[in-house]
Amino acid sequence: MTAIDTAHLVAMFAAIATAMSADRDRLCALDGVIGDADHGIAMELGFSAARDAVAALDTGATDPASLLNTAAKSFLNAVGASSGPLYATAFMRGAAAIKGKTTLDDSDVVALFQAMAKGIQDRGKAEPGEKTMIDAWAPAAQAAGEALTSGKDLAGSLEAAAQAANAGAEATKSMVATKGRASRLGERSLGHMDPGAASAVTVIEAMRVALTS
Amino acid sequence: MQTKKIINDGNRAVDEMLEGILAAHPRHLKSVEGSPRSIIARDGPRQGKVGLVIGGGSGHEPSFLGFVGKGLADAAAIGNVFASPPPDPILECAKAVSGGAGVLFMYGNYAGDVMNFDMAAEMAAMDDIEVRTVLSTDDVASAPRDQRHKRRGVAGNFFIFKAAGAACDRMLSFDECERIAGKANDHTFTMGVALSPCSLPQTRRPNFEIGPDEMEIGMGIHGEPGIAREKLKTADEITDEMLDRILSEMTPTRGDKIAVLVNSLGSTPLMELYIMNRRVKQRLDDIGVSIHATWVGNYCTSLEMAGASITLHQLDGELQTMLDHPCDCAMFRAG
Repeated sequence: MTAIDTAHLVAMFAAIATAMSADRDRLCALDGVIGDADHGIAMELGFSAARDAVAALDTGATDPASLLNTAAKSFLNAVGASSGPLYATAFMRGAAAIKGKTTLDDSDVVALFQAMAKGIQDRGKAEPGEKTMIDAWAPAAQAAGEALTSGKDLAGSLEAAAQAANAGAEATKSMVATKGRASRLGERSLGHMDPGAASAVTVIEAMRVALTS
Repeated sequence: MQTKKIINDGNRAVDEMLEGILAAHPRHLKSVEGSPRSIIARDGPRQGKVGLVIGGGSGHEPSFLGFVGKGLADAAAIGNVFASPPPDPILECAKAVSGGAGVLFMYGNYAGDVMNFDMAAEMAAMDDIEVRTVLSTDDVASAPRDQRHKRRGVAGNFFIFKAAGAACDRMLSFDECERIAGKANDHTFTMGVALSPCSLPQTRRPNFEIGPDEMEIGMGIHGEPGIAREKLKTADEITDEMLDRILSEMTPTRGDKIAVLVNSLGSTPLMELYIMNRRVKQRLDDIGVSIHATWVGNYCTSLEMAGASITLHQLDGELQTMLDHPCDCAMFRAG
């Protein structure tokens, strides 16, 4: 049984920010094919801001929910764009799911993870199959829940989530975009991975490593 | 290979640009104290007037803040390059320009802008400021005609904001300002063509690839792919191709009045814009449509992209009154 506290979450945001910086140019290139080429910049900027904001918190006096709300606000104000409201809503919903807890057990972390996915889906009003980041987040959240129910620990649950996210992002290549900027492309979006789904895989994998190592 | 730009730091480009703009236009513009990305007209917002807040990503200058001033928009919220501003600077704009008669949010129809402006509208409601939203959807190339509500907002913002700003300045009711803004959008049609890409200050890499002898009809103002990649044609042929699409939807009849905007996407020079405008005039003359006014130049750009857009704004008595209403902005004056 893992116990995730505020300090773990600070480390998690640092890990996501590092992963996003490394991935920035690949994400911009993916976005350049079907969008406006700035997705990697927004994601790097947002997670760098979130990392800095949560690193400045007094971890002893901050519970995980407060930390996630701080991350949400700093991400949103640094970025705007589409990813700002989507990830800010994810972290705020995640915070609501674990409100009042000082440490998180395996099921808390999975609940947080599932609330993040639901938040993104609600804010973006996207359904699976529309070639958006929800095509990575929704199957990942479902896989994490199923793994936990079947008796897996956090490492096993997040491993399942990461695999499902990856498969979901791959599947966006064969989807026609109907939401977001790429939707104006119609069939021309076929064959290209959605950059939002691609960055979701990076976020989820960084979360997995940071929370289970 | 990285593109050449006159910048200091790609991550500071927007804020340094804003400092330069405020230095150049102190008579027209100021920023909200503590919210440097909220740019307000010095003369404009007043009690009893519907406030008009526009905004969007940077990189389209003089859009959007160039259209902030008396008779046009009261404020612009400024985002990162090609990215919607977050809710906070939008909310600060709404608070700064609210005169108790409601605040109109107007911006191009993009998923990110809609989410951020909607969040700001919800926050404004908690401060007892009523916000209504009119999206611009003038880009003919971005969705079929029966899905006009899904289209992007591009250079036609110029006419759409102008009409709404005039309605607000004439102290019309919130309902009337909203109606006129929506009508102006319905009467505005834009087509673009791109010849070469732009590059973001943070990456300095071309944001799409296009052959040396190619053009892309219908490309968006963020480099979003358009509807057709073709061999580069002559100015008359390109203008005809763009006008054919616009006129098939606008269907003006003999004697109608139209306003014209021939807009550079950034690096296409006035010479080429005027060559296009020559053809616009010939075509409109041929169908007996009279041109009430024409603007040619940089109005809604896409950094250093080469290319142009043509916007036609179909006038009736009301929209002509709004277009002719005086305005005095940092980067645009009329009347």
